[in-house]
Formats: sequence, structure tokens, C-alpha cells
Amino acid sequence: MTGNKIQLDKNGNLKHFLTTEGLSQALLQNILDRAESFASVGERAVKKVPLLRGKTIANLFFEPSTRTRTTFELAAKRLSADILNLNISTSATSKGETLSDTLHTLEAMHCDMFVVRHANSGAAHYIATQVAPHISVINAGDGRHAHPTQAMLDMFTIRRHKKTFDNLRVAIVGDILHSRVARSEIHALSTLGVLEIRIIAPQTLIPKDVENLGVQIFHDMDEGLNGADVVMMLRLQKERMRGALLPSENEYFQRYGLTSKRLEKAKSDVIVMHPGPINRGVEIASDVADGEHSVILQQVSHGIAVRMAVMAMTMGRSPEDSGEVS
Amino acid sequence: MRIIIEKGRLLDPANKLDGKQDLFIADGKVVGIKKKPEGFESDLQIDAKDKVVLPGLVDLCARLREPGYAYKGTFQSECQAANSSGITSICCPPDTNPVIDTTAVVDLIRQRTRDANRGNVYPLAALTLGLKGEHLAEMDTLRRAGCIGVSNGLAPIESTEVLRRAFEYAHSCGLTVFFFAEDYSLKNNGVVHEGPVSTRLGLPGIPETAETVALSRALLLVEQTQVKAHFCRLSSARSVSMIATAQEQGLPVTADVGICNLHLTEMDIADYNSDAHLQPPLRNERDRKGLVEGINNGVIAAVCSDHQPHDADAKAAPFSQTEAGASTIEHLLPLMLHLVNRKEIKLEQAIAALTSQPANILGLDKGSLSVGSDADICILDLDSSNSVDTASLLSAGKNTPFKGWELPGQVTHTLFNGEVVFERD
Repeated sequence: MTGNKIQLDKNGNLKHFLTTEGLSQALLQNILDRAESFASVGERAVKKVPLLRGKTIANLFFEPSTRTRTTFELAAKRLSADILNLNISTSATSKGETLSDTLHTLEAMHCDMFVVRHANSGAAHYIATQVAPHISVINAGDGRHAHPTQAMLDMFTIRRHKKTFDNLRVAIVGDILHSRVARSEIHALSTLGVLEIRIIAPQTLIPKDVENLGVQIFHDMDEGLNGADVVMMLRLQKERMRGALLPSENEYFQRYGLTSKRLEKAKSDVIVMHPGPINRGVEIASDVADGEHSVILQQVSHGIAVRMAVMAMTMGRSPEDSGEVS
Repeated sequence: MRIIIEKGRLLDPANKLDGKQDLFIADGKVVGIKKKPEGFESDLQIDAKDKVVLPGLVDLCARLREPGYAYKGTFQSECQAANSSGITSICCPPDTNPVIDTTAVVDLIRQRTRDANRGNVYPLAALTLGLKGEHLAEMDTLRRAGCIGVSNGLAPIESTEVLRRAFEYAHSCGLTVFFFAEDYSLKNNGVVHEGPVSTRLGLPGIPETAETVALSRALLLVEQTQVKAHFCRLSSARSVSMIATAQEQGLPVTADVGICNLHLTEMDIADYNSDAHLQPPLRNERDRKGLVEGINNGVIAAVCSDHQPHDADAKAAPFSQTEAGASTIEHLLPLMLHLVNRKEIKLEQAIAALTSQPANILGLDKGSLSVGSDADICILDLDSSNSVDTASLLSAGKNTPFKGWELPGQVTHTLFNGEVVFERD
């Protein structure tokens, strides 16, 4: 798709990371390979490599987030970059400054990379079209559109457990309609060549013509989970109860909550994932979240390695450049 | 001023004229066709050899941005742009700022029209006060001040009771209602057609039913009230068939389509191209074909520019934060000719949809050329072409979704009231 044009430089290297859509399987595997070599960094006594020393990274969060911002911050620090955290929803834009003005102000401060979280779909894409050529943009979540680093850390987690993607049946459960995580996961899974992608949700939470993305739709949880190798749960935002999308948390849990009994439908070595934060008793039962199939906490630590990999790649550095990572 | 337009191919669908004829103009009127009036001596000869002579075009919807949004465009800039495309009559919706719900605003528009002196501008009066959908506007007062019809612009009338009363009252005043069908709650916060593109880009979608549900409701009220209704900017094939059924039943309804929806689909949004952010939204290829078919079978009588010039900032933001609308007035005619070249529409049909048919909807004696009619004329070179380049646009709005398109046909002269208001170098 056209997303490639802006994400890759003229040599086909990753310049911005805005979406998993349209990137080659080789490039996605490359991200995972590099993340693998960074994963060991966090386990050492000295957790830093000097790959991005002297670079300044701005975390531009137009929408509040603790978890994603913190892991980007840690990733940047472990690459020895300087990091600037800007919570813009409460500062510049409320004073009437346009997005472009905010960006150009930050450019004038000689930032090298923007990590962007924004409530509007396409915001990171728009920012990438606006910034000076030396700046890289990483999408840390834009509206309902994409959250590519989350998807890649999920792929990383799947690969660690399942080795290859070829024969996997993956079920994504929950609010697909509003989920940028789901969209990025679907594109990544389909590029990496899984056997089946299933989405499980009531019709009110499924976007129109989603079959075009190569997924199968299930409204029944048990059918959808049948024989699954990977179950990816999505967070259900409380505000969905306010409109006409769902009647209540109780009823949602009854139909789509992941319980250990339901999980028996899946393969015996199924892994259960969740991007967090979890709503216990709404989309997932506590015993499953904390149970033997759950890899939820691993996802969090993998997030740092994957974000290090993406940051290094978009800045044109590979782990070997430092000579410190094996 | 006496003008002779010589050797041109006169094409006037309303009068079933298509042939080489000279045209004689004096004191703002057509005084002779083919036959030179006795004693006629011209001050100016225009050689129209190998060119087509058309009635000045009638655009059913263009925003000239005054009052209220002069930073997006002015009567001067937008009428000049209109003239370059052969347009001499423009109907403008009431969503100015302030809204056209007082005679003061109508007077101001009439004043600006006289000052620009580049075409007739026909304002539509607000159907409800402030377009808020609550109280009826003073439709009859506004009609007497110079409004040609009533409309709520793109603003919704949520209360069906208010809509019924508005239709009844407009009918009592003998006014045509220009109605844009969009159900506010189904549109929700949508910004693009609900379909594969909205799903891929994660943009809130506007379902087809936002249009068809609103259209059904309005059609039932037209049946009840018998108001003359013109449905503006259809975007879906389904709506065309609903209008066709209503017309077969004998309801007094007509319809138009904006030029963008005849050429573009949701696919043209590609990766968040905000110039393709329109209201109604671009839908799919089946809809586009259905709209073209609607013109061919006469269900859709008019094609309008739906011109909405914007300042650069209005389009420079994440997609859903940008303002909807495209700057199209300069390309209305070339885009229609493009459809003719692609054999989607016949030339005569295309010209009728830009001249006599919209004039009929407005109840105007315009859009055709007979002895005695106003000398609003467009001279067109069918053989030349032009590529769309934002830098050379006359409109203050550079927000065209047709950047780089090679379009056939260039207007060489435009006459308004017997005066040359545009001449291409």
C-alpha cells in the first residue's frame, strides 16, 4: 500500500515507523531479529548501549499514556539518547497553537526523533509529512489506526513461544472497531504468514468490510477459540458502555470474557496476550490473566527491546554498530 | 456594447440547437441567432471558429465565502474563478457567517454581487433560524429580499416535526426546499464513507444509511406536504434509485450531484489525503457509477461544483481535524468533459446538466440561448487541455483533489450580461 512511500527511505530502509501495513515480511522479521539482540541488554548489570548517544528524542504525547511512554523512555535511555517528555494535551494545543507550529518549535530545538501518540487516526502520518528530512517519526498510537510497536512486541512474543508463524491460528478478541492495536496486529500477522486470523466480537465492535484485511469473523467465543494457538485479548474501554455498543460489562464478560473453561477450546499450548492495562472480570478472568498460558508480563519487557530496535533502525543504526551487543 | 460571435458551434440542449451559427448580442441581450438583425453593427467580433458556444453555466452550489470567511475566498476571487470555467450564475447556500436568515445578509450578498459584477448570485435562505433546526426562518421575508429558495445547508434538522413544519411553510410560500439528506446520529462523528477504507485507516465512518434514512424521511414528508424539494449532493447509488422511485410516483422532487463524487471514490483518500475529505463523503465505485447513471437516465438533473475553497490551515491537520470540501469551481466544466471523453456521459447531456436543467430547478430563465435572453455565454475550446496545477488556480482555495489531472477543454471567453468578463490569453 501507499504507506510504504513515506515509511521507507530511497534505499528501502525504515525511516519512519507509522504502521505495520505494507511493510515486507523481511523487514518485519528484521525488526524482530534486532529486538532479539537488544533483549539481552536489559538483563545485564549495565543496561546501556551507546548507539544513539548525542541524539535527542521527543516523546510527543497528545493523549495520556503511562505504559507506552515509559517503555519508549526506557528504550531511548538504554540506547543512550536524550529524551524529552512532552504532554501536549495540557500545554501547547490548548493555547491555540497548531500541530504544525508545535512541531516546528521542537524542530528548532534540534530533536532527531518524534515518538507520537495522538487521538486522531493519521496524526503520525501527517506529522511525518511535515517534519524536516532528518527527523524520524515513530507512531506510538494514532486514533483507531495503528500502534505498530505494540503489534511488533506482540509478534516478538509470539515468535519466542511458537518459533515460526506459519501454522498459527490467532484469535483477536474484543473491541476491534476502536482498536489501533488490532489493526496493526492484523497487518503484521498477515504479512508474517499465519494460517488464520480470527476476530471475535459482537457486530457492534467490528468495523465494516474488515474481511478485506484477511480475517474471519466470529460472534461466538467458543467457536472462535476452537483450536487457537494464540489468543490476543483487547482492552475494553469503559466509555463503550455509555453508547449503544454494549449493554453492560456483565453481559460482555458472559459472552466474550476469557475464562479458563473457555480457554480449554484452544490448543493445550495456547498463549494468552493482552496489551494492558487489563480489566479483570471484564474481558479476562483473573485466573487466566495470572495463569500458566498468560504471557502478558513478558509482552511488557519485550516492548522495550522492540522499541529499541525500531528506534535504532529508523536512525540508521544497527546493534552491531556499538560493538557491544552480540 | 454590440458583439458578434462568429462561426462557432452553438450548442444549446434546451433549444435542441447544435450547429454552426453566428450569435448577435446588443445591450446585454441576445438579439439574433444565425440571422443578423437589421442594421446590426458590432463593436467587437469574437472569432469562435472551431470552438463551441454554450449558454453561461449555472452552478447550483458554490460557496463564495462572504460574509464571514473572507480568508477562504471573496466574491471577487471566486467569481473570477467561476468565469474562467464559463459559469455566470451561482446559487449559494445559506451557511455563511452570519447565516442567511436576515434581510441584512441578503442585502450584503446582493451588494457584493453588484460590486463583483461577474455573474448572477442567487442566495438560498435559511430554512431554520441560524440553521439550528429549531425555529423557522422568515422565509417569505427572505424571499422578497431576493432569496431563490430555502435550505438548511449541511446542518441537520434532527426533529422530524420541525422538518415537517418547515416543508409545509415553505410550500405555503411557494418556495423550493434545497435539502441535504444526512442523518445526524447515523453520521455520528464520521468523516469518510464507512467501508474498507475507513476500516483500514481507522477513520470514523459515515454509513450509506446516514444518507438513505434521511432521504426516506424527507421523501415521506414531501409526499405529505407536497413541497417542491430539490435533493442536494447525492452520494450513493441507492439514493439515486430512491429518487427515481419518488419521481415515478409523481412527487415534485429533483436532485443534483457534486462533481467530485462523479470522479473520485473512497480509494482517493489513499493515506489521509485531506483534499479528498468531503461532505457527503466519497463512496465506492458502484456508487460513482450509479450517480453517473442517474445523470444519464435523467433522475439527477444537475451537476454542481459544490465549490468550497479553504485556507491552507483548514486542510493541514490529521484527517478528521481537517475541514471538509474541495475547491472545484474552475474544473466543473473540464471534469464534465472528461466524463464525456471517457464515454460515460453524452456531451449534450453533460451540458444540459450544467445549464438549462439547473436553471429549471432554480426557476430561472437562464441556461439557454434564444433571441431576447440574457447574453450569458461561454465559449469553449474542446480540443485543448490543461493539467490541474494549484499554483495557477484563480480561486483563493487551493484545495483541489484533482492535482496533476490532465483535463480536456478550456474556456476561451465568458460573457456576462453581454460583457466579456473572462478571456484566456
